[in-house]
Amino acid sequence: MTTTQIPTPARTQDVDPPTKPPRRQREGAAWVFLSPWVLGAAVLTLLPMAVSLYLSFTDYDLFNPPQWVGLRNYTQMFTEDPRYWRSVVATLTYVVIAVPLQLGLALVVALALKGMRRGKGFYRSAFYAPSLLGASMSIALVWRAIFNDGGTVDNLLGTGGWVNKPGWALFTVALLTVWQFGAPMVIFLAGLQQIPAELYEAAAVDGASRWRQFLSITVPMLSPVIFFNLVLQTIQAFQVFTPAFAVSAGKGGPADSTLFYTLYLYDRGFVASHMGYASAMAWTLLLVIGAVTAVLFRTSRSWVFYASEGDR
Amino acid sequence: MTTSTVAVRKPVAWRRIALHLGCLAALLVMLYPLAWLLATSLKPADEVIASLDLLPSSLEWSNYKTALDGVNDVSVWQLLGNSLFIAGGAVVGNVLSCSLAAYAFARLRFRFRGPLFAFMIATIMLPHHAVLIPQYIIFNQLGMVNTYWPLILPKFLATEAFFVFLIVQFMRGLPRELEEAARIDGCGPFRSFFLVILPLTRPALITTAIFTFIWTWNDFFTQLIYLFSPEKFTLTLALRSFVDASSQSAFGPMFAMSVIALLPIVLFFLAFQRFLVEGMANSGIKG
Repeated sequence: MTTTQIPTPARTQDVDPPTKPPRRQREGAAWVFLSPWVLGAAVLTLLPMAVSLYLSFTDYDLFNPPQWVGLRNYTQMFTEDPRYWRSVVATLTYVVIAVPLQLGLALVVALALKGMRRGKGFYRSAFYAPSLLGASMSIALVWRAIFNDGGTVDNLLGTGGWVNKPGWALFTVALLTVWQFGAPMVIFLAGLQQIPAELYEAAAVDGASRWRQFLSITVPMLSPVIFFNLVLQTIQAFQVFTPAFAVSAGKGGPADSTLFYTLYLYDRGFVASHMGYASAMAWTLLLVIGAVTAVLFRTSRSWVFYASEGDR
Repeated sequence: MTTSTVAVRKPVAWRRIALHLGCLAALLVMLYPLAWLLATSLKPADEVIASLDLLPSSLEWSNYKTALDGVNDVSVWQLLGNSLFIAGGAVVGNVLSCSLAAYAFARLRFRFRGPLFAFMIATIMLPHHAVLIPQYIIFNQLGMVNTYWPLILPKFLATEAFFVFLIVQFMRGLPRELEEAARIDGCGPFRSFFLVILPLTRPALITTAIFTFIWTWNDFFTQLIYLFSPEKFTLTLALRSFVDASSQSAFGPMFAMSVIALLPIVLFFLAFQRFLVEGMANSGIKG
């Protein structure tokens, strides 16, 4: 997570051969390379963001021209729409349950694999595989069946299907996220292997216990990677869609308990054709994710430790 | 020194065995859903529910036969072809556009490079939903809804900034002397990009290609919004039509089709696992 790799411009200047093309021409070349990205950023990112901000103050159904309604979408969302608040509660509950469980498991497994001499590569790949499969509709359908009435979990525990119980259905989706702990685990493992072994040797000589070493060496040295995973997984968790769609048969049930924010946004915008309302939801989501990221960055100053602080 | 190693060796051996046993047990639990999927795709209809046995009493290959007939009169082969077309187009688009942009950010000098780079990084974190509705409106105005354009065109415009970043990081690790040598030999920025830099960037490009393929293959939300004619459906969308169906007689064929849909990812994983795991590991460390 260091930014030391930004190339220093001074280096190229002193070795430039006399045949160097004029500056303007080279700058032109750079814009040719950039042109697809610039076009995409302008037409598919910046313009849509501005348009959706405008639409969030309108009534728009895709067929008739947008009608300006001021803040009505927002007031309706916050004060008159209980389903909106249920979707907020479901999403936040999910983020707070799934992300710490997933990252905790990822860290524990990475620590277990770290010192392993044989089989590390095998376990690393095997544990990583669900991260590639888990986002698919196929796995979401499997999940629904395993946790449904008469599914494996019902048969083993006799609790009935979890997907039909409010409070349990959300946990089912969270478990699917935890199942995909492999991706952050691989990142943790790579981070652990960059911690110099001398630190542990010195600590062992000083008589520090393993737990002490974990707290005083591993956690601070790994904190940039923990932070990276935390930000990434939190942002992703806010946007989860496919598993919620499949587990609740596309309706967010039972009793709106898995009506995730994105599911409700899809329902308002593309099923009910309230594009203005959905835009207001999208911008609120954007602001919330921005705020959460900002808070994470703000708190990171007190717990994320950069070993290379000096050359930043 | 020697006495202490002897004294320590025994518990360490036990700890190692316990560690392996723990990992294997975790692996079994994790692989259970996959085993369940494979077994259920071969089970007769009456055994799917209300039977704890993982293994089917007899192999019901007709599930796959039914699955091959597809959904809504569209055969699985066509669904597979559609999925492959979209994923293939996305791979070509991402590799091309992201490597072009990455080269400019990593190596060329131009005005506003700093702010533009910061903006590019910020878009990695941008939730897709913030731009979704206007993008839909734009593609709707262009008459491109219910075509593959909205699914493929954005990839040719380097909208997946994560991959631009990945390739930038890789290119920064390449020695600058190579391009300087190429420039002395008379190569302009274009030739040195295509002849010198691009071949050396191959590992990052392969990582980009594989992740793009898998993510596009698994994508559901974008396809759900843009495609509505059954003959244009992908495997993922076809599977979706099973979501509403609660009848358990459809379970066998549904999971047979799920297996077919997962197969390309599993094959990709087995073939390229090194690239995938390393690529994922590097994304967090070099960042």
